[in-house]
Amino acid sequence: MPALSPEQIHQKLTQQFGEAIGPLCAPQKDPFCTFAPSRLLEICRTLKTDPELAFDFLQDLTATDHPKENQIRIVYHFYSYTHRHMLVAKCELDRASPEVDSVEVVWKAANWLEREVFDLFGVSFTGHGDLRRILLPDDWVGHPLRKDYQEAGGYQGISNVRDNTLNLYLDADRLMAEEKSKQAPPVPEKAPEAKAES
Amino acid sequence: MREFLDEIIRDRLGQDPASWALTQGVYLVAMMAAGIALTTFGALFAGLTSWWERRIAARMQSRVGPNRVGPQGILQFLADALKLLVKEDLISSASDRWLFRAAPYFVVAGFALTFVVLPFGYHLSATRMNVGLFYVLSVTALVVVGILISGWASNSKWALFGGIRAAAQVVSYEIPAGLVILVPVLMAGSLNLHDIIRAQGGWPWDWYLFQTPMGYAGFFILFVALLAEGNRTPFDLPEAESELVSGYNTEYSGMRFAYFFLTEFGNLWVMSAVMTTCFLGGWQVPGVSAENLARWEALHQVPGWFYLVSAAVFCAKTLLLANVVIWIRWTFPRVRVDQMMSLCWKYLVPAAMALVVLAAVTELMSFELFGEAARVQAPLFSLRGLIHFAFFAAGGLVPAVLFFRKTFRNISFVGDRVRPLSNW
Amino acid sequence: MALEQIVITRKFGPGAEEEMILNMGPQHPSTHGVINFIVHADGEVMKKAVPEVGYLHRSIEKIGELVTFSGFMPYTDRVDYVAAMFANEGYAVAVEKLLGVAPPARAQYLRAISCELNRIASHLVAVGTMAMDIGAVTPFPYALREREYVNDLIEALCGARLTYNYHRIGGVAFDLPPDWAPNCHRFLDHFDRILDEWDRLISLNEIFVRRLAGLAVIPGPMAIDYGLVGPNLRASGVDYDLRKVHPYGAYPDFEFKVPVGKGFAGKNRGGQVGDCYDRFYCRVLEMRESVSIVRQALHKIPEGEWMAKVPRKVKPPGGEAQSRVESARGEMAYYVVSDGGEKAARVRVRTGSFMAMGIIEDLSPGLMIADLVALIASLDVVAPEIDR
Repeated sequence: MPALSPEQIHQKLTQQFGEAIGPLCAPQKDPFCTFAPSRLLEICRTLKTDPELAFDFLQDLTATDHPKENQIRIVYHFYSYTHRHMLVAKCELDRASPEVDSVEVVWKAANWLEREVFDLFGVSFTGHGDLRRILLPDDWVGHPLRKDYQEAGGYQGISNVRDNTLNLYLDADRLMAEEKSKQAPPVPEKAPEAKAES
Repeated sequence: MREFLDEIIRDRLGQDPASWALTQGVYLVAMMAAGIALTTFGALFAGLTSWWERRIAARMQSRVGPNRVGPQGILQFLADALKLLVKEDLISSASDRWLFRAAPYFVVAGFALTFVVLPFGYHLSATRMNVGLFYVLSVTALVVVGILISGWASNSKWALFGGIRAAAQVVSYEIPAGLVILVPVLMAGSLNLHDIIRAQGGWPWDWYLFQTPMGYAGFFILFVALLAEGNRTPFDLPEAESELVSGYNTEYSGMRFAYFFLTEFGNLWVMSAVMTTCFLGGWQVPGVSAENLARWEALHQVPGWFYLVSAAVFCAKTLLLANVVIWIRWTFPRVRVDQMMSLCWKYLVPAAMALVVLAAVTELMSFELFGEAARVQAPLFSLRGLIHFAFFAAGGLVPAVLFFRKTFRNISFVGDRVRPLSNW
Repeated sequence: MALEQIVITRKFGPGAEEEMILNMGPQHPSTHGVINFIVHADGEVMKKAVPEVGYLHRSIEKIGELVTFSGFMPYTDRVDYVAAMFANEGYAVAVEKLLGVAPPARAQYLRAISCELNRIASHLVAVGTMAMDIGAVTPFPYALREREYVNDLIEALCGARLTYNYHRIGGVAFDLPPDWAPNCHRFLDHFDRILDEWDRLISLNEIFVRRLAGLAVIPGPMAIDYGLVGPNLRASGVDYDLRKVHPYGAYPDFEFKVPVGKGFAGKNRGGQVGDCYDRFYCRVLEMRESVSIVRQALHKIPEGEWMAKVPRKVKPPGGEAQSRVESARGEMAYYVVSDGGEKAARVRVRTGSFMAMGIIEDLSPGLMIADLVALIASLDVVAPEIDR
């Protein structure tokens, strides 16, 4: 079976799921469409099992934060090794309490990818077997990839700021100069450059 | 050694050893001197081997290796020992302090005590114990006790893994080693290391290695088993760096750590010396036949050079074997635990058992057929001599020629020039 | 039952008091960087090994949102410092896609050459460390020695040996230096023989083959399901290489084969498609193909510019693009979102090692601890690429 273009895939999905599939966004470089979060799992199962689509590879699962629209969008990149075609889909979630079905039951690859999104964006995936933080420590506060994330100024008493190393040298220079001035009274400085010019 | 001392007292001091008052004193002084000399030899050998092994490894890995301390870096081991001596002796708080401290002594004792019987040349050994080979086997078992203790007492899981692996491995491989060592014992009719050597001859075709197929196969089984007992690659599971960090000695530092390494490198000598004794003709000098030697002894006229040459021959053979072990270590990957076990119990133990039975049957048959003459070395140009020589050629010369041809081909294939002394 | 045992049983389930929990890492000789494995072992056999990652997390994706488009390029080196060219290329391709710029033909060829050389270097590290993890120490310096030659070549090309920052948005930073091509040819001729030597040194070593044959078999469908990419996927028998299936850059011009796992260890040694030995050997074979690609590229490379006309201030129009390149550790995808500003709204790096780590927990039951080391090595995970 031939590879389908994103338009064909979109058309096919719209026929089956109707309202749950958003319009295809053409002006962007990679066209994408939106999935209704409520029917995500159903759509994903179809994506994988339908012989014409056969998206057997969840190539990427990530999220983007949009504070202005008050949305977190989960971005799915599906790929089919059988037909060698690709589909980008998004799920728009409420930013205050982002929650969506886990697709781990469809693609095992989603396990770690969803954990990462949970860790960095705070999206909770219902039905995920092992939803823990993955990259950050378990007791980390906040979700760093959100746009409004503020650094807590350290972790467990370990500061994440440090002095400018140059300060050490500047201090040393100052102390040296003080020592010198103690040892020998300062000689009134002349301005040799200015004289040479004149 | 006692006969030797008695001889000295009788011949040089002109006293009768049985009645002279100072005999016991001479014994004591000689014993202490021998003990110190042998321990020093063991330590020096271990140190030099550590340097030599690192240099060889470096050559094999296109590196340079330690070359700074002393000429060609030969004193590197002194620098290392000094560094380890002044290092803080760390004992982790959760460890079993007494056992933790005791473990290295077990290991070193198991290593140093073997030198009591190991021969170094004609008449050159501390004792001529009549159960020499048995003694070596039993004393080296102390090493594994030490390793097991160190693994347990460290209270570290990695060390425990190393200790348990060591115990399982050494205990398993003692069996094929102990069995196959019976082959030369049967052939020589003695457990005394010197007697085993004297039953062989100087020329390679007189060695037990090439005497019978049982000896030939036994040599390789013993070699593998001793590799495993010495925790050398491909059986370095107890200290498998990539799996167990450092195995049983993970928690050790300073001098205690140095003891483990002293033993490991020193065991190279023990291992090679046992094999040289059992299969490679020991200190027998080519060209000096058994009758010759017997005549000298009867006349009390063993020439001084013979002591030296026999020692040199023995050391040369032992060092050659030690180098083979080093070479194997830097060539092969490590086997897995189950593979190590199945190799031992499924292949080596049955094979060793069969060899012992075969060797016993052959000995018995040849004794029945030839009587006492079977014990005597056959001259080269007799039927038995020719058969021996043919076996030696098939088992020794042909593989050696094939090996060198392959090596030269491999080197020239990569485009390097073949330089016999440096690049292979 | 002692109190301790009751607590352990409550916490970890029945039978847990029989098992030993080992912390393998973060400082362990063969976890390939700072990764921690919590190994539940019953003697030598593991019940489960749970990877704990994140020790090397440097929030590169967040940095991508804080610096300008071209300013992010040096950071991409740090995504995968063993094969930094691909990380460079992926990001450059993604931003070019957003900008609508196409790099000139010579730049495409230079990218292919540098990437394939880097693939050789990266695979050398992979197979070398794998041999070392199995216990053979000698092959590792051999591999690193050859990698030094590659590094010399790359250093002559871009001035750096590890973090190259060579690919730029719209092309590459420098043209080939004089005399570089003959030097490279000399290296490639030498390296062909080294690969044969490598096979004799370790790939065909009986102990090595038997250690890896039939170990931790990943069948093709499982590999796809878990999102394995690159050599790990191909070793499982899936014939898929981005350079072949969706050729990008200069790759349509080259002839090369895609090595696919087929139980190289041989049936009599228990070799199966997708075992550790296949993953090892696919990398060895890929190095041969890379050599051939570099040779072809050096012959065919066109004259001309090596940098497209890109504005000094890179400000792509709003939109999003994903670039996919075949990195040494498999398909590497940069997903870049622009809101029309000087800085990216989101940079996402999808790496092969991250997905490869995800499979370890489900593969580990029943393996031995020594096998876990081999499995990690065979998946060729690199800590910075996992944690980013």
